[in-house]
Amino acid sequence: MAWHLKLVPDKTYVPFMRLRRTAFGFSSLLGVLSIVLLVILGLNFGIDFRGGTLIQVKTQGPANISSMRGALGGLQLGDFALQEFGEADEVLIRVQRQDGDNADQQVAIELIKRTLEAIVDGDIEYRRVEFVGPQVSEELKRAGALALGIALGAMLLYIWFRFEWQFSVGAVTALVHDVILTFGFFAITGLEFNLSIVAAILTIVGYSMNDTVVVYDRVRENLRKYKKTDLKELIDLSINDTLSRTTLTSVTTLLALIALAVVGGPVIAGFVLAMIWGVVIGTYSSIFVAAPVLLYLGVRREVFDKETDESASDATPA
Amino acid sequence: MLRFAKWKTTLVALVVAAGIIFVLPNFFPRDSVEKWPGWLPNQQINLGLDLQGGSHLLLEVDVDSVLRERLESLESEVRRALRAERVSYTGIGIEQNGVRVRLTNPDQRDDAVEVLQALSQPIVTNAFLAVGARDLDVKVDDEGVARLTLTDEAITERRRAAVEQSIEIVRRRIDETGTREPSIQRQGEDRILVQLPGVDDPDRIKRLLGQTARLTFQLVDLDARPGGRVPPGSVALPADARSSDRQTEYIVKREIIISGENLTNASTTFDQQSGGPAVSFRFDTAGGRRFGKVTTDNVGRPFAIVLDGKVISAPVIRSPILGGSGIISGGFSVQEANDLSILLRAGALPAPLNILEERSVGPGLGADSVAAGELASVIAFLAVMVFMVMAYGMFGIVANIALLVNMILIGGGLSLLQATLTLPGIAGVVLTIGMAVDANVLIFERIREEVRTGKTPIAALDAGYARALTTIIDANVTTLIAAVLLFQFGSGPIKGFAVTLAFGIASSMFTAITLTRLIVISWMRWRRPTALPI
Repeated sequence: MAWHLKLVPDKTYVPFMRLRRTAFGFSSLLGVLSIVLLVILGLNFGIDFRGGTLIQVKTQGPANISSMRGALGGLQLGDFALQEFGEADEVLIRVQRQDGDNADQQVAIELIKRTLEAIVDGDIEYRRVEFVGPQVSEELKRAGALALGIALGAMLLYIWFRFEWQFSVGAVTALVHDVILTFGFFAITGLEFNLSIVAAILTIVGYSMNDTVVVYDRVRENLRKYKKTDLKELIDLSINDTLSRTTLTSVTTLLALIALAVVGGPVIAGFVLAMIWGVVIGTYSSIFVAAPVLLYLGVRREVFDKETDESASDATPA
Repeated sequence: MLRFAKWKTTLVALVVAAGIIFVLPNFFPRDSVEKWPGWLPNQQINLGLDLQGGSHLLLEVDVDSVLRERLESLESEVRRALRAERVSYTGIGIEQNGVRVRLTNPDQRDDAVEVLQALSQPIVTNAFLAVGARDLDVKVDDEGVARLTLTDEAITERRRAAVEQSIEIVRRRIDETGTREPSIQRQGEDRILVQLPGVDDPDRIKRLLGQTARLTFQLVDLDARPGGRVPPGSVALPADARSSDRQTEYIVKREIIISGENLTNASTTFDQQSGGPAVSFRFDTAGGRRFGKVTTDNVGRPFAIVLDGKVISAPVIRSPILGGSGIISGGFSVQEANDLSILLRAGALPAPLNILEERSVGPGLGADSVAAGELASVIAFLAVMVFMVMAYGMFGIVANIALLVNMILIGGGLSLLQATLTLPGIAGVVLTIGMAVDANVLIFERIREEVRTGKTPIAALDAGYARALTTIIDANVTTLIAAVLLFQFGSGPIKGFAVTLAFGIASSMFTAITLTRLIVISWMRWRRPTALPI
């Protein structure tokens, strides 16, 4: 028999449910901490949500950021920030929304370009120019919040439809946990929170849900199989049954994400970091949040007895 | 049970073959693909603006200004009409969507209503509006205050016409710049989305779209001095920055001799006196005749060439201009002269355009992003493949074949549907590489468990596939829900991510359930193993 890499040995049995109080405490602590940080520090909204202008320039040779900062400082454009972006010859400039109407924003962009061209030696390549006006940023904010809300609602309904209400409450608790912790991650790291981060969060929601469903599916199956087993033991069994798959999939997903983080370039770095964080906490929450909630809410086992006949066809070889 | 229905085998083969055929054109340069015979698929994946470089501009038509203008002209129409019929009035002014005027003589009230009613015009439209709708509602109250209000139909129609006409003018202006394959679409009520792939100077386009370019010719009022009191019937206008005259302000007659609507052509030329770039123009017949008459009557006096309320130049009429053509000279650069002739040829916008959002990516960054995305995909692909072989041996190889087919199907699907691949879309593909193996992992883990319970290889295999199926579907539907929402609510690049994610999920489910099973069954029929190497 060939040798195979096993991340989880065959006879593994971790009593996860015995750890549930510790895990709940830990999760609650992180959750509260995230909310507090969110309130105190807030999110570093990108121009997608705050409005304003972003200009990414590439200079010939390493950029002299401090001289650029000095020159732009004289323009009275309000809040602005410069940072090296990926390479020494690339600079990302962010400028707040200017007072006045939309034409004034365009004037500001031109003014920045002329100023940079005056002080930087050699040609400047404008890699990226983005401007988001106040109407659009408000709309994007609303659309993002709406998408997140609808995603959670849709998951709740789908799980309710496929399982029982206890399962859907458990799954959505885990999702809310993941979302709050991801917000906390962005509050503490100060990474820019933009449209692609909303996409990342929705993907995290999908991924975490995926993980939770795999565990729940096994719980449902075991409920039918072991009618007398104590629920706590049964949940533990289900998590351990699927543990090998959970870790394997997390590892392959993380492998792909790490490849993106290392060579994918700075434009999607924020998205990738969010995803890596999300895969880790999504995996954690499926085991330590979604599953224990079932234990707290209890499961009406009769429901699964009745269902046995009808859904047994799924389990018989075709 | 090593049977695998023949129709299923055929289906799998067909799908994979279709994937290969549709993905193929992407591996050849575009110009060679275009020469392929018509029966071969020749669609390549559309790269988003963030990957090929280009500009995305979201514009808003300032429709309120159209209504404001309409009310202003209505106000003067009312004034003129009442004066012509000698109806006495006072306190005329613009209010919400209408004009209000107080009639001072109660005896004239009925006459006044008749006069004002006559200003109302039927709305000419091909839309679904009620036939016979008129654009004004005239009411007089007991106090003798007459109110002329624009009807809702008139407002809707004006807005619609303004947006439609704006789109047309925007298209003409952009076409004049020689941009390849621009996309100009109406979005919502009063917005225009302009997408310009491969544009390297978005600033020029923005400058072109940022002007309404309303051109008028007006006589200069010689009775007033700039800076002094402006007589009624005249107006003070600032000089345009491009003007080569010294003056900063002009007093010109309000009356418009002729406007840009009468132009039939405009092109860049050189001024014979200064040698600098200039714009030559030609009027239509009616315009030419009118221009000829006015210039004949006003020899020796200056007239102002006014663009968007600013005087470009105010040449003195040396002799009647009867040929219906002329030139506009100012301190133009060649580019400015070119742009002005584009604006004049394309016509004036009915209302100013606001830029609500701009996203421009230079071709350099786009190419770098494509290269980074390709590298990340290859690395992720190899890493996941090695890992799968380490974890599942022979079955890992099967999963890797499925992964490869997944990539082909995603590429083929994107080409076939002409979906747009964006940078987040590439991230979606890479993420799919990691997540696509999940379905196989679920199946293989299940087979392992079944083997452990002492089942024979064939039974274990069948049970593994069958039992994993519900889980795979439940688990993937949730991710699909997320992808659909992303598509619905996301903008440009994010939509691209949603598309690749959804494609990835669908194709990974397909390959895991059918293709890997087919391969494993074929292998077992061939080798007849006594134990599964899993």
